[in-house]
Amino acid sequence: MTGTSVTRTSRAARVAAILGAVVVVILIAAPWWAGRADMRLMGEIFLYLSLACLWNLLAGYAGLVSVGQQAYVGFGGYMLFALTMFAGLPPVAAIAIAGVLGALISVPVAALIFRLRGAYFAIGTWVIAEVFRLAFAQASALGGGSGTSLPTSIVRSLADGRSARESLSYWLALGMGLAVIAAVFLLLRSRRGLALTAIRDNELAAGSLGIDIWRTKFVVYVIVSALTAMVGALIFLQKLRISPDAAFSVNDWTAFVIFIVVIGGIGTIEGPIIGTLIFFALRETLADLGTIYLMVLGFVAIIVMLKAPKGVWGLIRDRFDVQFFPLGYRVLRDPKKGP
Amino acid sequence: MEWANAILQGTLLGGLYALFAAGLSLIFGVMRLVNIAHGDLIVMAAYFGLSTTVMLGVHPLVALVLVVPAMAGFGYILQRGVLNHTLGDDILPPLLVTFGLSVIIQNALLEAYSADPQKMNAGALETASIGLGPLAIGVLPLLTFGIAVAVIAGLQWTFYRTALGRAFRAVSDDQDTAQLMGLNKAHVFGLAMALALAVTAIAGVLLGIRTSFDPSIGGGRLIFGFEAVIIGGLGNLWGTLAGGIILGVAQTLGAAVNPGWQLLAGHVAFLIVLAVRPNGLFPRISG
Repeated sequence: MTGTSVTRTSRAARVAAILGAVVVVILIAAPWWAGRADMRLMGEIFLYLSLACLWNLLAGYAGLVSVGQQAYVGFGGYMLFALTMFAGLPPVAAIAIAGVLGALISVPVAALIFRLRGAYFAIGTWVIAEVFRLAFAQASALGGGSGTSLPTSIVRSLADGRSARESLSYWLALGMGLAVIAAVFLLLRSRRGLALTAIRDNELAAGSLGIDIWRTKFVVYVIVSALTAMVGALIFLQKLRISPDAAFSVNDWTAFVIFIVVIGGIGTIEGPIIGTLIFFALRETLADLGTIYLMVLGFVAIIVMLKAPKGVWGLIRDRFDVQFFPLGYRVLRDPKKGP
Repeated sequence: MEWANAILQGTLLGGLYALFAAGLSLIFGVMRLVNIAHGDLIVMAAYFGLSTTVMLGVHPLVALVLVVPAMAGFGYILQRGVLNHTLGDDILPPLLVTFGLSVIIQNALLEAYSADPQKMNAGALETASIGLGPLAIGVLPLLTFGIAVAVIAGLQWTFYRTALGRAFRAVSDDQDTAQLMGLNKAHVFGLAMALALAVTAIAGVLLGIRTSFDPSIGGGRLIFGFEAVIIGGLGNLWGTLAGGIILGVAQTLGAAVNPGWQLLAGHVAFLIVLAVRPNGLFPRISG
């Protein structure tokens, strides 16, 4: 009998980890080698990457297809403005507290919309986002329907000098992106992640094995809401201006994110990363086309969903059988133990 | 008297919301599909109506003769060409494909008609009203409400009294058995979507006469229709009318208190129903 051993990692994963570490070091050093415009673009990429990873966790793993994540992006943005302007908090602390508040508000929201099944859940999340938008449009202290700008004194408090501020803002975005990927990876490798993967593959079977489905989904929803609110705070720290329509835009914070995840490959960690790179490559080359560009994006997403529902990463994985983020277990033949 | 007026106007507005909702309710009932692009299809029908009135110089209501069959044909092709391929146990494909469709329709309308708000001109019909004591009832809202009642009665009759309705109910109950009994489910689904978009066409044209519209308002119309369906209870067409009326009344009452609260009051009414009666007020099937 051939001896076997079980392992989580693989050579591809180890190579990917080393390459990933090198890329991270290069990215951290960006303020010393990249121009101002490039850094802004990369900051935006990291924040979209965060949103995509979070939506993927929600829809791809927990089966909670939300089209209302703009609720938490906008909420986080508004909390950043409110906490810095009225409570006098430093921006970085306000971002963290925006996350805590996002988690708190997501609890009653989840209790309500978890009553809706499947596709109706999706539209229910959109209603919540609309309620948030209309409520903040009523807040006259935050500029009502026309919005408000972050006072320069608060912007100055971030760091001394413009380049220091831009570097800090970039590092925060990079840190957020890395933290979200790490959080998703660790969550999926944990006991809860195993339950989540089981629910993704077959909800009925998972339930009959004793997994508390409602609770597992609820925990994921709250975690994703908190992190999405923090991403939202960072987005509007970069924009320095907020209005209800921009903060709760379904196109900017949900449609693009869904396209990124679908094109990259839903239900995998690698998918959103690849999707983000494809999305920005398309945007930088086709953005001049305006509305046509959005139509192309819609067509691509529909074709991917119909013809290759696992996305670009699914195609790569089926072809080469690789996994950069080791989540599964593999059984290996062990020549040393074998006869 | 101000309140009585708000309730009356809200009830009539509810007719329009019921028309938004009827198509949504129909396709969910037949094939468990929730069409995220539904609101954008309503707006598309409004633009269709606009083009017809401008090019042929006819009254918007006459334009329905063209818009209804055009939307129904579009619905049949859309269902057989795209949406049938998304149906199955997984809810992701239909959701994401209709979401993509929503973005495509919105931007195609933007490209063709620009972002400027448009409105259809229905002449004297827009301002005509009937006095009822101290209240005035607009003829257009009243007509809209009447059409909504007629459409829902017609759908109800189709569902329970015709061979087509029997086919709808059969595929809704058990697709595979219906297929074995000689029904072509792909064709039946196509017909259901055609019927749903025919109703959508009526809703779109009435919307375009009532208020100005632009390519971005589809999402809001989808949400109104969806709220009417959930308030009324899944699978119950008359319940959907009741849901539309409750939503309309909540909005006009909210607006009577503070003009900024109109939409918020409607959403809050929906959330209250969801909290108290999660299956809606008059449910017939479970989601």
